[in-house]
Amino acid sequence: MKKVTVSLQSELANTSPERIEANNVSKSFTTDRGKVLALDRVSVKVGEGEFLCFVGPSGCGKSTLLNLIAGIDQPDSGQILANGENITGPGRDRMVMFQEHALFPWLDVMGNVLFGLRLKPGLNSKERREVAKYYLHLVGLEKSERANIHELSGGMKQRVALARALAPNPRVLLMDEPFAALDALTREHLYGDIQRIWEARRKTIIFVTHNVREAACLGDRVLLFSPNPGRIRAEFRIELPRPRDINSVELARYSTEITTALKGFTSGQGKEVSE
Amino acid sequence: MIHRIFTVAFFLVLLVSWEVASRSGLWSPVLLPSPLNVLEYMWQATMDGTLVTSTMVTMKRLLLGYGIGLLFGVPLGLLTSRFRILQDTLGLLALGIQTLPSVCWVPLALLWFGQTEAAMLFVVVMGTLWSVLIATSDGVRSMPPIYLRAARTMGSKGLHTWVNVILPASLPYLIGGMKQGWAFAWRSLMAAEIFVTILSGFGLGQLLQYGRELLAMDQVVAVMVIIVAIGLLADRILFSPWERFFHKRWGTGSTN
Ligand SMILES: Nc1ncnc2c1ncn2[C@@H]1O[C@H](COP(=O)(O)OP(=O)(O)O)[C@@H](O)[C@H]1O
Ligand SMILES: [Mg+2]
Repeated sequence: MKKVTVSLQSELANTSPERIEANNVSKSFTTDRGKVLALDRVSVKVGEGEFLCFVGPSGCGKSTLLNLIAGIDQPDSGQILANGENITGPGRDRMVMFQEHALFPWLDVMGNVLFGLRLKPGLNSKERREVAKYYLHLVGLEKSERANIHELSGGMKQRVALARALAPNPRVLLMDEPFAALDALTREHLYGDIQRIWEARRKTIIFVTHNVREAACLGDRVLLFSPNPGRIRAEFRIELPRPRDINSVELARYSTEITTALKGFTSGQGKEVSE
Repeated sequence: MIHRIFTVAFFLVLLVSWEVASRSGLWSPVLLPSPLNVLEYMWQATMDGTLVTSTMVTMKRLLLGYGIGLLFGVPLGLLTSRFRILQDTLGLLALGIQTLPSVCWVPLALLWFGQTEAAMLFVVVMGTLWSVLIATSDGVRSMPPIYLRAARTMGSKGLHTWVNVILPASLPYLIGGMKQGWAFAWRSLMAAEIFVTILSGFGLGQLLQYGRELLAMDQVVAVMVIIVAIGLLADRILFSPWERFFHKRWGTGSTN
C-alpha cells in the first residue's frame, strides 16, 4: 500500500481475533415432514485465531450452527458467546461467506466490496475506497474492480465475496462451503490463498465443508458432525505445518482417519461426503 | 450496417408504393391521401400550433397520470410483497383488474367524473397502477433470500435494506412493469381522448377524431404517425437506457 492516513492505518490493522463458544445449543425446525432437530445440545469452543472446520454429510446442522454464530438465527436453547458475551444478532465482527457467492448483481466488484464498508462508521469515502482496494489486492483482483459480477468466473466471484467479507475487518470469518461449487483446480488455488490470508490477517475462521480432505487441509481442528439429530461426534487435531498442500501424503492420512470415523457414525448415510 | 440498409430500403419502398398508389387514382384521395399530403398537413399544423398544443395536452395528461400511477403503484407493490394479508387481498384484486383492457375504464370514468380532465387522468392512472403494483410485488418476492442474509450480516437493516438491496434487486422487474404500465396508459389515454371531447384541452386523440369528422384523412394519418413516434421515443428515452444498463450489469439476455 502507498501512503495511508492514520485512520486508514488503524482500519487496516489486524484486529484481535475472537473467541467463540457454544454451550448446549439446540435448534429445531418445523417442516412439512414434522419437526427436525437440526442441532441437539451441541457445544463448541473456538480459540482466538483458530482455523476450525465443521465437516459432515449434508443435513447434520453445520450451516445451522454457523448461522447461529453469525447471529442470523437464534437457538432454541443454550447460549452462544463471542468473547464471553451473548450473540444477539448479526455483527460486523462476524462476517459470513456463503456457498452461493451472494454478491449483488446490481453493483460492480468495487460496489460489492464497499457495501459493508459503507455501513461502518469512521471512514470517509476515499478511505473506504483505499480499504476496498487493499482487500481486492489481497485476493488478487485489483484489476477487476470495475467488472460486473456476471463477467467473473466462479472462482473470481468467491474471491470478491471473500474481499467483501474481509473488508469491514471482522474478527471472525464464517465460511459456509464457500468452494463447494468450484472446480478442483480453482479450489486448490483458493486453499493456498485462504491460508495465506488467514495468517496475514489473524482471524478466527470457522469453515464448513462436506469435503473431508478440504477440512484436513485447512483446519487446525476438524469437528465431525452427524445427522438426525445434528451432533458433534468427534474431533481431530491436524498437526501439519503450513501452508499445506491438499495433495500431500500426510494430509491423506488424516483424511482417511476422518473418513473412517465418519463412516462409523453415519453408516449408509455418508454417501454425500467426498474424501 | 447491412441491417440498416434493409431497414431504410424497406421503408423507402413502402413510402414510394404508397405515393404511387395514391397517385394511381384507383382510390379516392379522400380515403387515401399521399405521403406528401400528410407531410404537408404536419408542416402546416405544426406552424399554426395545433399539433404542438395537442401533443402538449396529451403528454401532460399522460405524464401526470403515469406519475401518479407510479407514486402509488411502487409503494403499494412493496407493501404487498411484504405483508401476506395484502398479497391475498390487494394483490389478488390487482391481478384481476390487470386483465381488464384499460379502455374499459373510460365509460366508468365518464360516469364518475363527467367530461373532465379528472376522467382522463383516472383512466391513465388505472392503466399504470395495477401493472406497476404487480411487477413491484413480484420483483421483490422473486429476490433470492440470500441477498437479504448477506446484507444483514454486513449490518444492513430497515430502510437501508429496502433502499440498497430490495429495491435494486427488483429493479429489472420494476422496469418491466413500468414499461407495461406505460403502454397501457398510452393506449387507454388515446381511447379516452377519442371517445371524449372535453373543453379543457384538445389532445392528439381528439385531433384524430376531429380529422375523421372533417373527413380529413391526411390529418388522421398524420396524427397516427405522431402517436407512433411518441410511443417509440418514449421507449427509447424512458426505458431502453435502463434496460441496456441492466443487461450489462446483470448479464441477462435481451428481454422480449
Ligand atoms: N430454515 C429451515 N427450515 C426448515 N428446516 C431447516 C432449515 N434450515 C435447516 N433445516 C433442516 O435442518 C437440518 C440441518 O440443516 P443444515 O444445518 O442446513 O445442514 P448442513 O449445513 O449440515 O447440510 C436439515 O435436516 C435441514 O433440512
Ligand atoms: Mg449447509
